[in-house]
Amino acid sequence: MFAYYLDLALRSLKRNKVLTALMVLAIAVGIGASMTTLTVVHLLSGDPLPGKSGVLYFPQVDPETPASARQSEPYPAMDFRSAVDLWSAHRADRQAILTSSPVKVRLPDSGQPPLMLSMLSASADFFPMFDVPFQYGSGWSANDDASHARVAVITTDLNQKLFGGTNSVGRILRIRGTDMRIIGVLRPWRPTPLFYDPWSQNFSKTEDVFAPFTSSLEINKGNFLPYTCWHVPKDPRDMEHSDCVWVWLWLELDSPAKARDYARFLDDYANTQKSLGRFAVGSEHVRLRNLMAWLTARGQVPGDVRLQAWLASAFLAICLFNAVGLLLAKFLRRSGEIGVRRALGASRGAIFSQCLVEAGVIGLLGGIGGWLLTLAGLWLVRRQPVDYAHLAHLDTAMFLTTFVVAVGASLLAGLIPALRASRVVPSWQLKAL
Amino acid sequence: MQIKPILAALRRHRLATLLIAMEIALACAVLCNACFLVARRWAMIHTNSGVDETSLAVLTINGFDPNQAGDVNARMVAGLQAIPGVQSATLINQVPFGPQAGAAGVSHDPNSFENLIGVVDFVLGGPGTFEALGLKLVAGRLPKPDDYQPATSFVPNDAQVLVTRALAAHAWPGENPLGKDFWCDKFHFRVIGVVDHLARAQPHDYNMSQAEWTVFTPTAPGGTLSGTYLLRARPQDVQRVLQAARAAVQKIAPDVVLDRENSRTLSDLRASYFKTDRIMISLLLGVVALMLGVTALGIVGLTSFWVAQRRKQIGIRRAIGATRGDILRYFQTENFLIVTFGIALGMLLAFVLNAVLMKFYELPHLPLYYLPIGAVALWTLGQLAVLGPALRAAAVPPVVATRSV
Repeated sequence: MFAYYLDLALRSLKRNKVLTALMVLAIAVGIGASMTTLTVVHLLSGDPLPGKSGVLYFPQVDPETPASARQSEPYPAMDFRSAVDLWSAHRADRQAILTSSPVKVRLPDSGQPPLMLSMLSASADFFPMFDVPFQYGSGWSANDDASHARVAVITTDLNQKLFGGTNSVGRILRIRGTDMRIIGVLRPWRPTPLFYDPWSQNFSKTEDVFAPFTSSLEINKGNFLPYTCWHVPKDPRDMEHSDCVWVWLWLELDSPAKARDYARFLDDYANTQKSLGRFAVGSEHVRLRNLMAWLTARGQVPGDVRLQAWLASAFLAICLFNAVGLLLAKFLRRSGEIGVRRALGASRGAIFSQCLVEAGVIGLLGGIGGWLLTLAGLWLVRRQPVDYAHLAHLDTAMFLTTFVVAVGASLLAGLIPALRASRVVPSWQLKAL
Repeated sequence: MQIKPILAALRRHRLATLLIAMEIALACAVLCNACFLVARRWAMIHTNSGVDETSLAVLTINGFDPNQAGDVNARMVAGLQAIPGVQSATLINQVPFGPQAGAAGVSHDPNSFENLIGVVDFVLGGPGTFEALGLKLVAGRLPKPDDYQPATSFVPNDAQVLVTRALAAHAWPGENPLGKDFWCDKFHFRVIGVVDHLARAQPHDYNMSQAEWTVFTPTAPGGTLSGTYLLRARPQDVQRVLQAARAAVQKIAPDVVLDRENSRTLSDLRASYFKTDRIMISLLLGVVALMLGVTALGIVGLTSFWVAQRRKQIGIRRAIGATRGDILRYFQTENFLIVTFGIALGMLLAFVLNAVLMKFYELPHLPLYYLPIGAVALWTLGQLAVLGPALRAAAVPPVVATRSV
């Protein structure tokens, strides 16, 4: 029966090619626009560390005194003292203390002009915690943190630029005035979004150089930038004793019970600091979100992208209204034919399913058109000067979604017209013939 | 024109009428809001920077220690001024559409932010920078040589400053801003002049009404004010002068690092700063055009169907004396009624959509004058779309009435 309906649908679609083309085109354009924007939203809200993101946590406390009425959320970073207190408590399975700064780098005795790069100051747990992949060598150990070792890890891009991609472990990098020994070179690593850095553009690259937190504070002193300050620092070069937030932590807590314990510890810490007069707000402004929750709170999908998704959805809705109207016209135009079929014994259900098959065929054709338009749309997105441009590709899930949405939408659009068509009273139509 | 028979006929086609009306309503809501968004982006793109953008370029270097700042500044300014075509090379900390260097909350009281004015951008400029920018003084006086105080922190401890008209109107509404004091923590500022316009470095990061909350702070070169240089040249020379300056840095100060990303002409900075807005505008306009096109197709499709369905009735009307004009006007009036119904629904929907957008974006209310504009646009669209099918209806000959009844 389905094959017969399909045949009928194709015949009917061929009979009025212009109307069919208009309907298919309207659905294709609507699907193309909405799938392009939805794909971008889908890619931008992806999980940067699948399988691991559930056990990674981002703690926040609010060290501002006096508390301003600015917001109900704490800053995305901490002052130096709070961060070091929490880090050195070692209450989590793994904990990394981080901050980022611009740094001047050159190869000693190479004659090449110096470069301004960005440096991530991190403690040893950073590498195992985020499954950072190494091409050569490895990260540093907790002992290196403790002994303020002059060691560094560089990205594969920087290794390519400075050493032509060869194994540079053991080579010396002059970071500002200090010689640092390279102990590791990363494989290409670009977590998207760049989740671990709350100041970064969401989809930018990682820092170029990684160095132990303790050593980098010494070698790059004076070049650390505050995220924000609630008192103007007495000495802008001395961040460690300033009322500014510029350091943050990441934690690995392997079980929900541990996460609950840590949350309690964090609350206690904030309340104690409040009673000591160092914080104005205690546990009310403590947050312990896991990675995905933090990304949501931070709002990783840019406003423009969300706006585009809204717009495209409204557009799809208009295209669907249009399809409903045209399908209604198309089906009812054939009232005479339907009347004959009904008089010859076709049930209402048969007429209904025949009409739906026709709507589904239109949806399928629209889906193919929409898929092509989505590919074209994503190609356009990739050419935009935005930091997420490189992400815009159609994955299998979204490819399938395109067709599901197209067929689903056109079936939905066909529902009312098909119902109407199946209600055609045969005797009236036969009289009118 | 009789409206009653049209309404009676429409009542027979309730579903189709409702569909077209809903389509119009959605189109109306999206059209009004999209135009509103386009207008706001358009205004944003045309933010008045207040400076002579076409004559200016900025050159940024870094990688030197703060204790070398004085020496680096002296060498850079001398070296840059020696480049042929350079009218002036002076110190500045930030330019409109470049990276933000100094923004801070300021208040009416010292050591407290209780009586907050707002977060303002501090533009620090050395001697000659005010003139090089081409800022327009509207009240007060220009900075005198001894107003240029050194800054060891992000601003001088006690500064004589010029504020923009927008900031003056916000901080001291209805009052004369000259001689007024304000503070950022312990830092004191006294207003000596008002400039017409001067945009923030990153106006996008703030509400549009705050795009010009800027304080021009005369500052002695050295300390905080180092590493960023403002070049002025004739508009036709700017690009060449900047290229020459970028090439000269290595010779002037061999140990510093040129920040290529932030060494550009101001026109260039503006163009890239607003690039995403320009894309967004074309995207919004593109969707609006497509949407109106689809809506028009829907009207054409459905009216054609109605015309075909009513051929016999049209023939009868023609046979009993209706003119072609009567038939034409019948379909035009019918369309007008449906579109009007759609617009009425659409206006409500436009406000709902606006409320949703306001929740997610910093948007004000949709101004009421967008509604009549949207209404006129859709009426026109409806009439244009219906014209083809209506003319076909008018062409139905009266003889149809006599056939196969």
